[in-house]
Parts: sequence; C-alpha cells; structure tokens
Amino acid sequence: MKNMMEVQALTFTYNGATEPSLKRINLPIEKNKVTALIGPSGCGKSTLLRGMNRIHDLYPGHRYDGTINLLNSDGEAYTDILTIKKEAELIRLRQRVGMIFQKPTPFPMTIFENIAYGLKLSGVKKRTQIEEVVEQSLRDAALWGEVKDRLSLDARSLSGGQQQRLCIARAIALKPEVILFDEPTSALDPISTLAIEEMISVLREQYSICIVTHNMQQAARISDFTGFMYLGEMVEFDKTETIFMKPSVKQTEDYISGRFG
Amino acid sequence: MIKGQHISHKFDEEVEALTSSVLSMGGLVCQQLNSAVTALLTCDKAMAEAVIEDDVKVNTFDVKIDEQCNRIIVMRQPTATDLRLVMAIIKTTNDLERIGDEAKRIARQAIDISARGPIPELFDSIEQLAERVKDMLNRSLDAFARKNIEEAVSVISLDTKVDKDYENLTRQQITYMMEDPRKIPASIDLLWSARALERIGDRSCNICEYVIYLVKGKDVRHIDLEELEDHL
Repeated sequence: MKNMMEVQALTFTYNGATEPSLKRINLPIEKNKVTALIGPSGCGKSTLLRGMNRIHDLYPGHRYDGTINLLNSDGEAYTDILTIKKEAELIRLRQRVGMIFQKPTPFPMTIFENIAYGLKLSGVKKRTQIEEVVEQSLRDAALWGEVKDRLSLDARSLSGGQQQRLCIARAIALKPEVILFDEPTSALDPISTLAIEEMISVLREQYSICIVTHNMQQAARISDFTGFMYLGEMVEFDKTETIFMKPSVKQTEDYISGRFG
Repeated sequence: MIKGQHISHKFDEEVEALTSSVLSMGGLVCQQLNSAVTALLTCDKAMAEAVIEDDVKVNTFDVKIDEQCNRIIVMRQPTATDLRLVMAIIKTTNDLERIGDEAKRIARQAIDISARGPIPELFDSIEQLAERVKDMLNRSLDAFARKNIEEAVSVISLDTKVDKDYENLTRQQITYMMEDPRKIPASIDLLWSARALERIGDRSCNICEYVIYLVKGKDVRHIDLEELEDHL
C-alpha cells in the first residue's frame, strides 16, 4: 500500500537561525496507521509535525529544503506540499492534514458552533447537512453522548479532556486525510488520556495519524510505527514493537530505557 | 550489552538486586544438584534428606524473584534490554525451580537405593551423565552472569551428548535387568535419576536460550543447533 505522506530529506531552518532545526529527515506516514515521534525536548519532533501541514508558514521567513509528499485524493500520484504557494491552497492543505495541539483550543462559542464554524468557512451552507456532520464528528470523537443535550453551551464550560475531544471533532468534521497530534494528552488526567488514546485507535481506521508524545508508554500503546529523534535528526524509525523491544541504535535504547546517553 | 546507567539510581539498584537474587538461586540449585548426585553415588541417606529439605529454599527464591520482577514491571515499565532482562529472569527462575525439583527427585531415588544397598556396577554410567549435566548447569549460569552468548551456544551444543549418554545408560540398564532380575528395582530407580539428569540438561539449555534472547533480542527456542548458529 502507498504511504499517505512521505517526508524526504527534509531540512528546516527557523527564521533568523543559523543552524537548521531538522536535518535531512525521512519519515513515511503509512495509510491508516499511527506513527509516533518520540525524543527529548528540543529534538525537533514538533517542528517536523508542524512542517507537515505547513503551519510554520503562518510566520514568514522559515526555510524548507527537501520534499514532503502527500498522496493525492486519487490515490495515485503525490504532490510535494512544499511547492504550495497560494494561501488558499495552504488552507486547503490544512483541511486535508488537520492538527490537534497540546492545549485544547476551543473557540469562544457554543459546542455546536465550534464544529459548524469550519464547515461554514469551507462552504457548507445547508443547516441539515451541518447538523449531520456535527453529530457524526462528535460521535467519532467519542463526545456525542456527553454533550448531545447541551450543544448550545459555551465550549469552554467543558472539562479539559472534553475540550480536547471537541477539538478533534472539529478537525475531523472537515474530513481530513491525515491528523497530526502534538502531545494531545499532556495536559489531561489519566482517564481523559485513555479516552483520547482509545479514540485514536478507532480513528486510525479512517485516517492516517502522526502523533508527537513525551509519554513513551503512550507511543508504545497506540502507535504502529515509531521514530526516535535527537538533535534534529531521525535516529531510528521502525515498527513500534521493534523500537521498544529491540532497537538497533544505542541512542534509542538509552532514551527509551531511561539511561544516560 | 548496554553498560550505561539508568537516570534513576534506584532502578539500577533494583536491577542489580534482581540479578544477584537469580545468581544466588542458581548457586543454591547447583549445590542441590551436586549433593543429590553425591548422595546417589555414595548412598548417603542423610545428604539426600538434606537436599529434600532444602528444596523449600529454592521455592522461596522462586517466589521472591517473581515478586521483584512484578515490582519492576509495575514501577518501571521496562523497555528494550531491561524488558528482556526481566523476561529472561522470569523464565530462568522457572527453569531453576524445576531443576531444584529434579534434584529432589534424584535425592528420593538415592534414599530408595541406599535402603536396598548399593550396586556399584550400576553407578558407572550415571556418573558420566551426572558430571556432564552438572557442568552444563554451571556453565549456563556462568553464561547468564556474564551475558556470554558463545558460552551459551557451547552449552546448548552439549545437549546431544547428554541425550546420547542417557540413551546408552538406558540400554545398559535394560541389559542388567535382563541378566539379573534382582537388579530391576535398583535399575528402575537409577533410570528415574538418569531421566531427571537428562531433563536438567534440557533446562540448562533453556537458560542459555534466554541468555541469547537477552543479549541479542532473538528468540532461539525450538530451533536446532545449526539454525541457531546461522541466526547468530
């Protein structure tokens, strides 16, 4: 099966920096699989994730070298997303490659409107259609049961875990192909964390997922593939099982087993 | 092997304590086997009884090490080498405990034989088998302590010799039994002991397979020696 995304020899330098933050990174994102990125703080995993839907470009002056291929909707050819220049196309890219952040970011509006907002922006006008998608997205994000009777309440009245699932529902309402998670549970309690993990394992059937996490047990639990990054380089990428049971690089072994490097 | 220390000193101490428990248990089991074999060959009833009595010490180690492993799994969520070490230790102690049981079995036969009076000519063949198996057990523990795969492979390769010794011994005892039916009870006791020794040889090989798993991360159980050498 073709990979959904392929990062090839990506070097990324932040605006004003002399040294690149990512050095010739290669990373495949397999379709309908969960790929986890692990590594110590500052290793570049979030930088890589943010490159994958060009969200860095919200601020000017950063430099990309290399290729990030995204499989076209026809499932045949790839487009290098680094060649996208028009703002409208970048917005379309971020719909296809959605992102969930560490801290839940509900809009200051009702639960219903949080999800309907993006739909309306993308041109959906029919009320019944919007209602349908809102319900389905909330169901997919395992939140429908908890909020169906209070859709008109302010989204900020939800608990942290619920807010995060709302953000996920908001992202999947736009029918993305890839979902990027940037430490989605680091601000949540263990039960909400498990709820999100469970949801990710269900979402995998429909979406391709890439997740950055500091919680190695989380990577071990939910991902199919794991990449270990260090100082801007992809040190090792393999099946999650292999990374956690028999990594080939000593640096990976030291990191996952909590040893001095 | 990874030599670097864990960031948590306590984890290092726990791993060290666990490894040293296994080696102590191994030492005790070796001693049990040596005594059982000596008791058998010298018809020393008192020594055989001591072996039977001391089996409880082996069992205590078994339980204690399981607890240590459980604790590390739940507190540390070990990965990679640490995980393989815990897995290898759980399996090794299981085999050591069973080797202890086999030693106890030999001690029981020693008591039966001593009650009947020794028949020295029956003992020659079992002595060679016993020496070989004692050597295998010792060296398998040495391979574990040093994480030495060459030694582990060399112990595994001895198993065919043990099987051969066992086969020869069986054939010989059958001849004795046919020649002189009065020797049948003693020969049967001896065959039970030989069977126990042969099983100890197998279990020593198991321990060596865990050493290979621990060091190489490869599961080499249920493959023959040639395949094993290809793997490494």
